[in-house]
Amino acid sequence: MWKLIARNLLARPLTEPAPPPDEAALAALAADVDKAARARLGRSLSIRQVDAGSCNGCELEIHALNNPYYDIERFGIRFVASPRHADVLLVTGPVTANMAEALKRTYDAMPDPKWVVASGDCARDGGIFAGSYAVVGGVDATVPVDLHIRGCPPTPTQLLAGLLALLRHVARAGG
Amino acid sequence: MTRPALDDWIQGLPASARQAVPAHRPVPRHLLDAAGWAELIATLATADWELFGLWGDEAAIHVALHDPGAGTLAVLSRACPDQSFPSLGHVRPSAIRLERAAADLYGLISSDGPDRRPWLDHGKWPHSRLFAAAPYDFLPVDGAGVHQIPVGPVHAGIIEPGHFRFHCNGETVVRLEARLGYVHKGIERLMAGRPPFEAIKLAGRLSGDSTVACALAFARAVEAAVGAAVPPRAVLLRAVMAELERIANHLGDVGAIANDAAFALLQAECSALRELTLRAAGASFGHRLMMDRIVPGGVDADLDAPGAAGLDGLIDVLRARLGRVVEVYDAKPSLLDRTMNTGIIAPELVQRFAAGGYVGRAASRGFDARKSPGYPPYPELAFEVPVRRYGDVHSRVTIRIEEIGQSLGLLRQLLDRLGEPGADGLRAPLPAGGGEGLALVEGFRGDILAWVRLGGDGRVARAHLRDPSWFQWPLLEAAIENNIVADFPLCNKSVNASYSGHDL
Repeated sequence: MWKLIARNLLARPLTEPAPPPDEAALAALAADVDKAARARLGRSLSIRQVDAGSCNGCELEIHALNNPYYDIERFGIRFVASPRHADVLLVTGPVTANMAEALKRTYDAMPDPKWVVASGDCARDGGIFAGSYAVVGGVDATVPVDLHIRGCPPTPTQLLAGLLALLRHVARAGG
Repeated sequence: MTRPALDDWIQGLPASARQAVPAHRPVPRHLLDAAGWAELIATLATADWELFGLWGDEAAIHVALHDPGAGTLAVLSRACPDQSFPSLGHVRPSAIRLERAAADLYGLISSDGPDRRPWLDHGKWPHSRLFAAAPYDFLPVDGAGVHQIPVGPVHAGIIEPGHFRFHCNGETVVRLEARLGYVHKGIERLMAGRPPFEAIKLAGRLSGDSTVACALAFARAVEAAVGAAVPPRAVLLRAVMAELERIANHLGDVGAIANDAAFALLQAECSALRELTLRAAGASFGHRLMMDRIVPGGVDADLDAPGAAGLDGLIDVLRARLGRVVEVYDAKPSLLDRTMNTGIIAPELVQRFAAGGYVGRAASRGFDARKSPGYPPYPELAFEVPVRRYGDVHSRVTIRIEEIGQSLGLLRQLLDRLGEPGADGLRAPLPAGGGEGLALVEGFRGDILAWVRLGGDGRVARAHLRDPSWFQWPLLEAAIENNIVADFPLCNKSVNASYSGHDL
């Protein structure tokens, strides 16, 4: 077994490289991409949440989105365990020096297309923690941010409004 | 074996070995010399005094001790001119991580500490210690078939970050070691130099789930330092908020524990009840988590008649529906099978670490800061502190459910005393000047210790907040031993230590 693992680790992947795009097919595809993206994502988003240094206040209100009052899954939005399954990275907190690498790695592990939502006032620019030796800054100091939801912490209603806006944006900009 | 009282022992030290620090309130602080500190370590080996906190200062180390027999507290300090001090970790293992943090944050090294690995410092700060960036040296486990499961810092749910290193044999956990510090934000340094009314916002974000309790602890420490008197109505309003916070957190966690045993029905019901509680808090105080409502000297929000009526209604709804939650929980053998005998934290461990809150109370340690040392308005209110002995997940669930009932009773009494908004103020001005203050406040998770030194200009010179999680995280490692990996979420949630509160 070890020999096999060692060989596979040292050898190139068996997966064949992607063929170069066919120019004619590309033109035809371009017209279809919008429809395809909409069909693929539909009115559905999978969210991977990462706490990059929050006080856990944001997490409490994000949790509340799953309670029977907000029931976020009725909109097709659900929280997933793996970044590999996610369309959206929902990040809370000022990004601490100790979490910056883990946040970047989580982002890199997500497949394209992907969006980043920064939640809470400290996720914008570090908020009350800005200027600390242990804080890198807002979320966009580490990964590119598409949408910011204000609040300390944002209420479930504010979170929901932000995520629904993103859903509409994703559906429209699918191409 | 004689058990000396803490105060007697301090008074019995030769005058050369101790020096009382003036203007430290409400408990005494003494500066010990090297001989006095050595005597302290020797005495701690047999005394039953509990370690309530240990923190660094500019070239000094402070330790807060509690004498459970007499119910007294004292702070003892030792100057560290050479940036080092003899460790308390051999006689109080709960000091070990606090000493490692003092080394990371204040450069004060425990010269003979049992464990001197970096803790909060991951080698990512401008002033990180030498070698802090080196791969972390997890405690080794040897044996046939032992394998590792590394988990985190990013976890598979909506929770805070931390790393857990499991060593397992088959499904059984042989050893769990946590590595924390990922959400260290440098709160204590940020507080320094700010006026108390600004610094309290940082205290209220030490751990968001305990924002009321943390802000209250900080406010009480400031008020003790300068001798401020809080208006009576503000005292009652603070307690209303603190009990609402306790109820909301216990409701959320009871549901989450059931959910970790794959019993979604209770999760749905408890999260709905938690939501009702937060909505009532939002309607009454203008913020669902009641952040920034407590200020040094009083409160920043009053409770009007509609708000009070809303809380009245909440008490009735929770009383009625909580009974049904308990009926369901007690009648589900498949759920009880997961919670009973799981994640046992023995009373001896709880005593040794002075673990507070439901972790302590589920294993015979009935300490509650509201009772002893006690602070207003609790001495004039009727409530009980539930205690169990067995220390398993089920005991912690039971304690939490019973505490919700007690807090509802407290809310009822508080609302009866509050009456109509009156002419008396809600916020007293802070007297000018400096001083040192210590406060102990009971959050939902356990006792929070706050210590502050205000300079002559009234600004924070040094502040320290010790979250209850410091003494609970190490016990989680004991709770999971010989349990199966699949029960870790249950054990973890039943303890629910705070990452942010601990990482500071």
